[in-house]
Amino acid sequence: MRLLASMLLQGLPFQPDQASTIAPSVDHLYFFITVVTLFFSALIFSIIFYFMIKYRRRSPDERPQAIEGSLPLEILWTAIPTVIVAVIFVWSSSLYFRNSEAPLGSMEIFVTGKQWMWKAEHPEGQREINELHVPLGRQVKLTMTSEDVIHDFFVPAFRVKKDVLPGRYTSLWFEATKLGTFHLFCAQYCGAFHAGMIGSVIVMQPDEYEDWLAGGVPGAQAESMEVAGGRLFEQAGCATCHLQDGTGQGPSLLGMYGHLVHLSNGQTVAADDAYVRESILNPTTKIVNGYKPVMPSFQGQLSEEQILDLLAYLQTLGKVQGKQPEEGKK
Amino acid sequence: MSDVHAGNTGLAHQFENLEQQQDADTLGTWLFLVTEIMFFGGLFASYAIFRWLYYAAFEGGSHILDVRLGAFNTVVLLGSSLTMALSVRSAQIGNRRALALFLILTMLLGGVFLGIKAVEYHQKFVEHIVPSLDWAPEGKVLAQLAPGGLDHAQLYFFFYFAMTGLHALHMIIGMGLLLWLVVRARRGNFTPQYFAPVEVVGLYWHFVDIVWIFLFPLLYLIGGRY
Amino acid sequence: MSTATQQPRVGTPRNYLNADYGWRSWLFTLDHKRIALLYMVSITFFFIIGGLFAVFMRIHLVEPQGALVQPETYNKLFTLHGVVMIFFFLIPSIPAVLGNFLVPLMCGARDLAFPRLNLLSWYIYVVGGLFTLYAAIAGGVDTGWTFYTPYSSTYSNTQVTAVAVGVFITGFSSILTGLNFIVTIHKMRAPGLTWFRMPLFLWAMYATSIIMTLGTPVLAITVFLLALEHLFHVGIFSPALGGDPLLFQHLFWFYSHPAVYIMILPSMGVVSEIIACFARKRIFGYKVVCFSSVAIAVLGFLVWGHHMFVTGQSVYAGLIFSLLSFLVAIPSAIKVFNWTSTLYKGSISYEAPMLYALGFIGLFTMGGLTGMFLASLATDVHLNGTYFIVAHFHYIMVGGAVMGYLGGIHFWWPKISGRKYPNGWAALAAAIIFIGFNLTFFPQFILGYLGMPRRYAFYPAEFQVLNVMSSAGATVLGVGYLIPLIYLIWSMRYGPIAEPNPWGAKGLEWQTASPPPTENFSEIPVVTEEAYAYSAEEEAQRV
Repeated sequence: MRLLASMLLQGLPFQPDQASTIAPSVDHLYFFITVVTLFFSALIFSIIFYFMIKYRRRSPDERPQAIEGSLPLEILWTAIPTVIVAVIFVWSSSLYFRNSEAPLGSMEIFVTGKQWMWKAEHPEGQREINELHVPLGRQVKLTMTSEDVIHDFFVPAFRVKKDVLPGRYTSLWFEATKLGTFHLFCAQYCGAFHAGMIGSVIVMQPDEYEDWLAGGVPGAQAESMEVAGGRLFEQAGCATCHLQDGTGQGPSLLGMYGHLVHLSNGQTVAADDAYVRESILNPTTKIVNGYKPVMPSFQGQLSEEQILDLLAYLQTLGKVQGKQPEEGKK
Repeated sequence: MSDVHAGNTGLAHQFENLEQQQDADTLGTWLFLVTEIMFFGGLFASYAIFRWLYYAAFEGGSHILDVRLGAFNTVVLLGSSLTMALSVRSAQIGNRRALALFLILTMLLGGVFLGIKAVEYHQKFVEHIVPSLDWAPEGKVLAQLAPGGLDHAQLYFFFYFAMTGLHALHMIIGMGLLLWLVVRARRGNFTPQYFAPVEVVGLYWHFVDIVWIFLFPLLYLIGGRY
Repeated sequence: MSTATQQPRVGTPRNYLNADYGWRSWLFTLDHKRIALLYMVSITFFFIIGGLFAVFMRIHLVEPQGALVQPETYNKLFTLHGVVMIFFFLIPSIPAVLGNFLVPLMCGARDLAFPRLNLLSWYIYVVGGLFTLYAAIAGGVDTGWTFYTPYSSTYSNTQVTAVAVGVFITGFSSILTGLNFIVTIHKMRAPGLTWFRMPLFLWAMYATSIIMTLGTPVLAITVFLLALEHLFHVGIFSPALGGDPLLFQHLFWFYSHPAVYIMILPSMGVVSEIIACFARKRIFGYKVVCFSSVAIAVLGFLVWGHHMFVTGQSVYAGLIFSLLSFLVAIPSAIKVFNWTSTLYKGSISYEAPMLYALGFIGLFTMGGLTGMFLASLATDVHLNGTYFIVAHFHYIMVGGAVMGYLGGIHFWWPKISGRKYPNGWAALAAAIIFIGFNLTFFPQFILGYLGMPRRYAFYPAEFQVLNVMSSAGATVLGVGYLIPLIYLIWSMRYGPIAEPNPWGAKGLEWQTASPPPTENFSEIPVVTEEAYAYSAEEEAQRV
C-alpha cells in the first residue's frame, strides 16, 4: 500500500520522518482512518458506477417502481458509521489524552515566539534562535509563550503542535527517537514573514548535548536561567518585599511554587506558571491571604524571557520548604 | 385574487389574505428579535467572561456609574413600553387620535431616556473614563478604579459603552420607526383590520426595553452596593 | 397536476424577463426572480475576483522561494481569496441565487413573504461588497479570512477595519435572506403542500436559514468588536491589556463552523432534486434526509471547538468537541447512503446536471471522510494548520458546494432563462472540473501530512513537486470553470427555447412557464401528491 503510493508519486517521500515516541502511534491511527476512508470511498464509488450502468435509462418513457425507503437499512447505515467513528474517537482521544501532559521528570526548555523567530532557553542558560537542541531519548517539556501574536510550534517529524499565545503559557512534550535535524514550523499565521518563522530541531546524543550546553558560547560559561532569575529578583526589587523569612510586605516565596496558595477572597489556587506570571503583571488580581494589594505591576518592565528566568528561579525556591504565611496575620 | 387586492386594505400582492399577511409579519418580527438576541448574546457572553475574570475591576467601575440616573431611565423606559402597548390597543379599537397621542408619548419618553444617557456619557468624558479616547482617571475615580487594575477597569467601561451604545442605537432606530408610524397614523393608514406595522414596531420597542432591563443590573448594580 | 401549464405559445408570452425593460426595472424590482438574477451577476463577479486571487497564489507557489510576489502581497492574496470566496460567493451562492428564485416557486407562492426586504438584502450585500473591494484596492488586508486576534486587532496595519465593516454589513444580507425564507416556508406554502410533501431543496433551505438567522448575528457582533479593537485598542482581545485572544476564536468559529453548513446544506438540497429527477425515483428515505438536514443545522452549532484543538484549550473540552464533531458526520454519511440507494432500480439518464450531482457525491464523500482525520484529536494535532486542512475544506466547499451550485444552475437554467444550453459542452465542463479539482487538491492532502503549513509564501524545497502538481491541476480547474460561463451566456441569446418542463421533473416550479411569469402562477396550484412522484404507479394514478 505504502510502496504502491510512493511508486505512484515517483519516489516522493509519502510519510514524514518518524522521530518521536508519539509519531508511530499517531501514524497507526492515521493509517487506520486512511483505510476507512479508502474503503468507504471505494464502496460508494463502485456502487454508484454499478447502478449507473445497470439502471441506465433504456427508453424515454421508462417509469421505475416506487421504493419508499427502508427502516432497517437506515438503522444499519446509521449504526455502522457510528460504531466506526466511536472506535476512532476512543482510540484517538486516549492517545491524545496520554500525550497531553508531560511525564514527571521531563527536562524543561523554555520557548518564546516572536515575529518572526523562535527563541529557546535551556535551564542551564544556553540560548538559541531558530534552533532547538535536544538530547535523544529524553522526555523534553517545552513551556512556551509569545511576545506578540499567536504562533504555533510545529515539528512534523515528532507529530506535535501547540499554539504559542501571548499572555499565557502553553506546553508540549516529546521524546526524540532519531538523531538528526528536523523542521520546526510556525503553523499559525503570524504576519508578513510567517513562512520565514521556521527553524530546526537538532536531536543529539545525550553526551553531545551536554557538551553543547557547556561549550555553546565560546569563552564565557552561560549564566543559568535560575541564576539569571535570582539576579533579576534582586535587581527588580522583588527581594525587598518578598523576604524569605515571611516578615516582608509580600509573602515569602520559599516553598510557594507548585503548592497551593490561599487568597484573600477565600479561594485557593495552585501556584503554577500562569499564577506567577499573573502575579507579576497584574499583582492585585489574586492577593495572598493576609497581605495588602500594594505590589506595583511589572507590565512592560520585564521581557517574556526575563519572566521565564524569574519562573525558573521561583521553581527552585519552591523546592525549599519555607514559612507559609500564617492565617489571619495582620 | 384581484378583488381582495384591489381594495385599499394594505394587503400585499404576494399574500392570499390579510390573515396570512399578519401571520407572516408577526413570525418575521419574532425571528428578527431572535437574531437580535443572538447579536446581543455575543456581547453579553463576552461581558460575562470578563466580569468573571476581573470581578473587582467591574465592581469598581460599576460603582462610578450614577445608579439614580440608571434607575430613573429604567422607569422611563418601562413607562414608554406602557404607552407603546396602549398605542397598539388604540390601533386595535380604531381610535386614531389616541393612537397618534400614545405614539408621540412613546417617542417623548424615548427622547428623555436618550437625553439622560447623553448626560451620563458626558459625565464619563468629564471624569476621563472613556476607554482609549479619553482614558485618564484621576482623584476619587482613580482611587475607586485602582484596586481592580486600570486596564481591567477600562475593559469594563468598554463594555459599558459598547452595550449601552448599541442599545441607544436601537432606541434611535425605534424612534425613527415611531415617527414613521405617527405619519402613517395621521394619514389614516391603520384600521382595526390592518395595524400590523404598529404591532411589529411595538414588539421591537418592547424588545429594546427588555435589553435595558438586563443592562441595568449588569452594568449598574454589580456588587450589591444597595 | 399538470393542468395549469401548457398554454399555447403566441409570439413570446409575458414572463418575468420581458415584463419590463430598462435598468430601473431591475434595480428597483421586487420580483424574487429578478433579485435572484441580480445576485447571480454579483456573485459571479466576486467568484471571478476570488478566482483570480487563487490563480496568482498557485502561480506564486510553483517555486519554493515564491515565483511572483512579495510575501506581504501573498498574504493579502490568500486573505482576500478567502474573504471574497466565503462571504461574497459561497455563502450567498445557492441560497441567494437558486433559493431566491426557487423558494416561492417550489412553495407555489407569488413571491417571498417580504419582497422589499429581499431587495434590501441585495443592496446590503452590494454595499458590503463595495467596502471589501475598497479594502482590496486601498492596500488589501493580510490577516487571513479568520482574522485571528491579536494579529488582526493590534499588529496588522492593513485595511482590517474596512474588511470587518464589509463582512459585518454583508452579514445582515444573509440574516434577512434567511428570515425571509423561514417565513415564506412556514406561511406561504400552497394548499396541500404539507411539510413532508416539500421538496428536499426546501428542507435544505429551511435548515440553512436557521443557521443564517441564528449564527450570522454572532459573527456580526464579533467583527464589530474586532473593528472597535483595531480602531481604539480597548483591549478586549489584547492580552497586554487583560483581554483574551482566544475569545475571538470562540466567537468567530461559533458562526464560522455552522457557516460551512450554510455552504454545503443547500448543495445537498440541489443534489437531492437532481438525483430524484434523473433517476426518476423518490429520494430513498425521504424523511430521514429531511431530518438529517435539520440535525446537521443543530449539531453544527456545537462543534466550533474542533478548530481550536491545538490552542491549549482544556483537554476535556477537546474530547467533547471531538465527539460532537464525529456525531455531525453521521447525518452527512446517511445522506450519501440515501442518494446512492435512490439510484437502485431507477431509470438513470446522464444529462449534464446529473453529472455535476454525481461529481458532488464523489467529492463530498472524500471531503467528509477526510474530516474524520480532523475531528480525531491525535491526528488533528499533526494536521491542524497544514495543507491537509486546506485540501479538506476545499473538497467540501469547492468540490461540494460549488459542484452543487453548478449542478443547480444547469438543472434550473431552462427555467431561469427559458433557453437550453449545449449538453455536450456542459458534460465536458463537468468532467474537466472534476478532474481539475482532484489534481489541484488531492496533492495537498499529502503535502499536509508531510507537514507543510498553510499560508506560507515560501516553503522548503522538498515540497515543490506536490505544489507544482497542485498548480498544474488548478489551471485545468480554471479552464473548467470558464467553459460554463461561456456557453451559458451564449445560450441566453442563441440557445434553443426551453419548454416548461424539459427534464420531465416534478415539483411546482416545473408546472409554470419557462421563464415563469412575474406572478409565478396564473392560479395558485393545489398539491395533491407526495414529492418526487416519478413512479409508474403514481403516473398511472394521475392519468
